[in-house]
Amino acid sequence: MNSPTPSIWLKDIRKTYGTSVALDGVTLELKPGEVHALVGENGAGKTTLMKTLFGLTQPDAGHIEVDGVTKVIASPRDARIAGIGMVTQHFSLVKTMTVAENLALAEAGLVRVDLVKARRTAEEAAARYGLEVPANAVVAELPVALQQRVEILKALAADCRYLILDEPTSVLGPKDVDSLLDVIERLRDQESMSIVLISHKMKEIERVSDRVSVLRRGAVVASTIATAMTIKELVALMVGGNAAEHVDTTSRPSSQSGAVALAVRGVKVKRPLGGLDDVSFEVRKGEILGIAGVSGNGQSELVDLLSGTLRADEGVVEIDGSIVADPTPSALLAAGVGMLGADRHVAAVHHLAVVENLVLDQLQSVTRLGHLDRGAMTRRCEIAIKEFEIKAMPNQHFGTLSGGNMQKVLLARLFGRSPKVVIIAQPTRGLDVTSTRYVRSLITGARDNGTAIVLVSEDLDEVLELADRVAVMYQGRVAGILHSQEVTREKLGEMMAGVPA
Amino acid sequence: MRPRFVLRAEDPWWRGPLLVLLAAIVTFVVTAALIRWSGGNPIAAFRYMFVNPLQSKFGFTESILSATPLVFTGAAVAIAFRAGYWNIGAEGQLLAGTIGATWFGLHAEGLSPIIAVPGILVAGAVCGAMWAMVPALLRARLGIDEVVTTLLLNPVALLVITGLLNGPWRNSETGFPDSDVIAESAIMPVVWPDTRVHLGLVFGVVVTLGCWWFIGRMTGGLRLRVVGLAPGAARVAGLQVERTLLTTALVSGGIAGMGGASEIAGVAHQLTIGISSGFGYTGVIVATLAALSFIGSLVVALMLGIINVGSFSASRALSIPSTMGEVVQSVLLITVVAALVIQKYRIVWKRGEA
Repeated sequence: MNSPTPSIWLKDIRKTYGTSVALDGVTLELKPGEVHALVGENGAGKTTLMKTLFGLTQPDAGHIEVDGVTKVIASPRDARIAGIGMVTQHFSLVKTMTVAENLALAEAGLVRVDLVKARRTAEEAAARYGLEVPANAVVAELPVALQQRVEILKALAADCRYLILDEPTSVLGPKDVDSLLDVIERLRDQESMSIVLISHKMKEIERVSDRVSVLRRGAVVASTIATAMTIKELVALMVGGNAAEHVDTTSRPSSQSGAVALAVRGVKVKRPLGGLDDVSFEVRKGEILGIAGVSGNGQSELVDLLSGTLRADEGVVEIDGSIVADPTPSALLAAGVGMLGADRHVAAVHHLAVVENLVLDQLQSVTRLGHLDRGAMTRRCEIAIKEFEIKAMPNQHFGTLSGGNMQKVLLARLFGRSPKVVIIAQPTRGLDVTSTRYVRSLITGARDNGTAIVLVSEDLDEVLELADRVAVMYQGRVAGILHSQEVTREKLGEMMAGVPA
Repeated sequence: MRPRFVLRAEDPWWRGPLLVLLAAIVTFVVTAALIRWSGGNPIAAFRYMFVNPLQSKFGFTESILSATPLVFTGAAVAIAFRAGYWNIGAEGQLLAGTIGATWFGLHAEGLSPIIAVPGILVAGAVCGAMWAMVPALLRARLGIDEVVTTLLLNPVALLVITGLLNGPWRNSETGFPDSDVIAESAIMPVVWPDTRVHLGLVFGVVVTLGCWWFIGRMTGGLRLRVVGLAPGAARVAGLQVERTLLTTALVSGGIAGMGGASEIAGVAHQLTIGISSGFGYTGVIVATLAALSFIGSLVVALMLGIINVGSFSASRALSIPSTMGEVVQSVLLITVVAALVIQKYRIVWKRGEA
């Protein structure tokens, strides 16, 4: 054949987790010698799709063809044999070993670990691809950028022709991003490798990719050569909906009337990566401020800051106009801040009963002469179970509840304190439709009762549905704050992707 | 089909004891083979180890005496472990307690027993807590792992005792490296006539019951458990994790120190280099076998006391190694820990990927 045969075809790949559809019949073609960017919102299915290709999960339906032959890729080992390598977001290096040892392990047989060869591989790779790594350094002591190089080397060592990079730049500083992109270009141009680049950052995609595929809700909504689309068009496809889509805001009470309940002023958290940079915003009583952004742009640091587990290097947090002098978790709780963290498993104790978890942050109120008032605790728990429609017994271990019921317990605990300011992160992540609707109604209900709410969510629909104003975070900064009247998905998408307004 | 561990919704009270019984049966089977191998009759050996001590008043009360220090160290370790503070230093803290108790006992001449007996316990507790302080501060302030520091301080405590007994506290009559006998008024009275069971046992049981009450009924106890089970959740809930760890570590050291005082004032009446035969280390076994339950640790302490007394007579009667008692304890530890892990989960067999 004259025309280059597509080197990998993913055909009609379907994958469901319980009732949620992660991949809904995805067909994708990877050609040799191209950088193929895979973009989409969080949860669009990018990582799941690539895990399928690398043998980390098995599709429910569909098949994979490599060079025209149908292959069953049951494990990463099968993938490597087929010439597919992947660098996942979480590295799989033995941190206490040296680079050379890690490389040797990657291709070690049953008995032999060839360190000499591993060192040679490292040197060759340095010369050929510009992937310099100190072969004798211990991995744990290397900066993340170099650890990532080791991961790439590991993948390349196994004769890989298709390299999957899952959000490789999210852990890198700007300089390291540049050199990674150089490496990607070199691998494509010199070695005619095919590279799949999962990324949220439009600049990178614009610079290196030959072809772009957009995933939305488990389906490919576009797959074209990169130059055929502008960044704005790309973002519009990612976030979906049409330009006219506005959020209905008419039913909301005016949010401007309330006094400022929470103010964050000039907060800086200095870190080499993932800090906060001059973050300022205000939230009024009876207002929901949505925080949108691609994960890893400072949202979790912001949540930690407001829960008191992360201290700011500069700047202050004000509650009801007065500065919280020593913002420890207990000081913030006492000042009237309530918190629903992103990880409901971290916020509660699995091995304790619901009745105990419900009062964890308000133990004083159920203490009499140093003793727990079990009767009061149980009464309170029974009321919460009824009011929040929790399907659980008071004495049931928290760890055995379903995700939705865990979330309801935590919300019951949160609102049981009647907080003035509430920080809520990813409240409906992993919940079914009914629980999601219920949790959202609780949040709007609290807003209508005058609570100031900060809603951090990676789910744009959720932010659009609930928030009165939306702040977009990008690289640790607040890239902008929009009123719900002026919010469009496109505008948000662009700000999230770092497109200058 | 692959097994998957799923957290159980509830814990019926009988499941724990049932699994411990199962573990005991496995232990019998495994150790029977070892006893057979070393030339003894396993059935006879087990009768000596577990039954004979219970058949005579002397055997039973000696077992109780042998269990007394384990009651203290078991409670000390259990309360620390409940808070997620892995105190392996009960041995050193107990030894520090013996030093404090001996010092008090040597200076208690002329005091009324009403003051001297509680006083010697307090002296032991204070020294035990002081010995626990350095690792506790290192953990709470600097995050330095307490397993290593508490463990490494154990031989140091023994060296301090050796130094004292070869120096200032050398016996004034014999010149041997044993201290003088402590004042009469500080000696724990015998509570079971015509036996060696002394008041220390009562204190030990009271302390253990106190811990049980605190952990189960009091707000501070719930705080301690939350810190142990989920420090992250504790922090978010505004609990002071570091302070809880520090306090618990000191209390744990204090209880172990009281165990040392109880040995001085109740049994030895003087400080010797061999004052502790690993009571602190055995405390870890007691607490673990009892699944960190305080009532359970009382039972386990008594059981290990019985094995202690019994394995000596077994080795004498059957000429099997006297360390067989420790082998039985160790095998029991492994099987019970396995059973306790399984207890919290049920195994679900699931098709397809894990």
